[in-house]
Amino acid sequence: MSIPDSQPPSSTAPTLWNPAAETMPRAERAALQLERLRGLVTRAARVPFYRDQFAHHEIGPHSIRSLDDIRRLPFTTKSDMRRHHPLGLLAVPRKELARIHGSSGTTGTPTFVGYTARDLDIWSELCARFLVAGGLRPEHTVQVAFGYGLFTGGFGLHYGIEKVGATVIPAAAGNTRRQIDIMRNLAPEVLICTPSYALTIADTARDLGIDPRTLPIRYAHLGGEPWTEDMRREIEEQLDIAAFNNYGLSEIIGPGVSGECQAHDGMHIQEDHFLVECLDPETLEPVPEGEPGELVITNLTREAMPMIRYRTRDIARIYREPCTCGRTSIRMSRVTGRTDDMLIIRGVNVFPSQIEEALLRVEGTTPHYLIEVSRPGTLDEVHVKVEIHPEIFSDRMDRMQALCERISREIHTVAGIRAHVDLVEPRSIERFVGKAKRVLDKRNLKD
Amino acid sequence: MKLQQLSLFLENRPGRLEAPLTAIANEDINILTLSLADTAQFGILRLIVKEWETAKRVLEQAGWVVNLTEVVAVDVLDRPGGLAAALKILEDAGLNVEYMYAFSLRRGDKAILIFRFEDPDRAIEVLLDKQLHVVSAEELMSFVP
Repeated sequence: MSIPDSQPPSSTAPTLWNPAAETMPRAERAALQLERLRGLVTRAARVPFYRDQFAHHEIGPHSIRSLDDIRRLPFTTKSDMRRHHPLGLLAVPRKELARIHGSSGTTGTPTFVGYTARDLDIWSELCARFLVAGGLRPEHTVQVAFGYGLFTGGFGLHYGIEKVGATVIPAAAGNTRRQIDIMRNLAPEVLICTPSYALTIADTARDLGIDPRTLPIRYAHLGGEPWTEDMRREIEEQLDIAAFNNYGLSEIIGPGVSGECQAHDGMHIQEDHFLVECLDPETLEPVPEGEPGELVITNLTREAMPMIRYRTRDIARIYREPCTCGRTSIRMSRVTGRTDDMLIIRGVNVFPSQIEEALLRVEGTTPHYLIEVSRPGTLDEVHVKVEIHPEIFSDRMDRMQALCERISREIHTVAGIRAHVDLVEPRSIERFVGKAKRVLDKRNLKD
Repeated sequence: MKLQQLSLFLENRPGRLEAPLTAIANEDINILTLSLADTAQFGILRLIVKEWETAKRVLEQAGWVVNLTEVVAVDVLDRPGGLAAALKILEDAGLNVEYMYAFSLRRGDKAILIFRFEDPDRAIEVLLDKQLHVVSAEELMSFVP
């Protein structure tokens, strides 16, 4: 197996970190993927979990004759990782590990992931690629306001920045006033954090009497949580910066699976290292190209923890049209939802995040809400219960009815469904510790 | 000349109206008048009470969303055409009535109405100019038992 060596950005193609890999002709890349997929199957057979499944289905490297043969391979899920807690999916002896990271554990038991030294090197290379795609140059300074710890964000980006040869300020997450102080003292051009933290920085700057637009940051690579185009516009305007999206997950490697270029039109998937499928989460068949589906990712080059067809539960679209930037990879849209909370309403896929976006547009804040789906006859009916709060309450009935209509219209625009908006009394929607329950599906959709 | 009106958001289901009224009754606050606007799904309860500050605080502490609005009380002759005459004046002046409701007490040959105007100050000006009697808060409270 050969991995193209990374090269410093050349002057003729300043936004490409590794031109050979990033602009590789598609046929050539497909051949490389096929070769790497066979190698992956060989290496994965060292993991008892995969070895048993391969034996059961009589699968080996010989079974992979074309990239489509990936569909003969089994899926891997988060529960498989939990069943093999903490490090039962390693394909190398424990002593070969150079580092261990972990998932945040927001959806259950935290899961650990191991990296060999070579895995870490590839990871840095992948981060370097999307950082350079967003404009990072060796002479730049980058403030990393991601958590440094088990979370893959901090260290992943840190070493990517070092790889490019730029200067890192490992500010880590939190203490927003100090973040602003650092910015004003050291004048970094680039900020790395979550999208919501970028807005917190802007708010805090204003509280300190500083116009956030005057902060030295010129652009930001944001990730680690789902966000929307509206949020991007808000961040760009409030901080007077360009904001770039990137995608990754610790189970696969961390940030670096894909990232945006200057075109801001989808994230380039680093296909020489990841084989990404976009499947219907119900049938597990590929969705038509450009349609939203669940991303199922195979990490082709990972030594320590090969992941075969990992079901991310993230919903996005994948498209193949060539990008103006010259990269030849396929691209993915931002993540628009999760399969675990996805609703299909009258044939339309709806995510609570879309309802949330609609409420945000109308009210300027996100109130407590609950999506109730029922099927009184043959058609699905959706009621969105929205808790009233002082900012939106009026003594005038016409205003209250107009508010319901506006929310309903916005939901239609964002999610493509007609919903009844029911205003309800404060604190009438049940509160949950941690992640809120946003959906009550009263339909009996089981066969 | 303006009165403070409290408005509450209520869900339209059994028992929802009783709870806030009990809450203010427990504070020994008497309701001078009220009106309820409702849809199948929710309602807006509007209240005129003497101790509106206390009532507002009590209701908010109990978790209701309470809105404070300035309204105007006008008395009109309690006979056929009395209200129509007052409304004609408002219409001629181009004043928009957001909503109105009647006061539960009568005073001699007069009935008192509560008006919610877009622009209460201009409404008062017009009403006074046309010799209509705008009832002040003090006046209203004075003849309430």
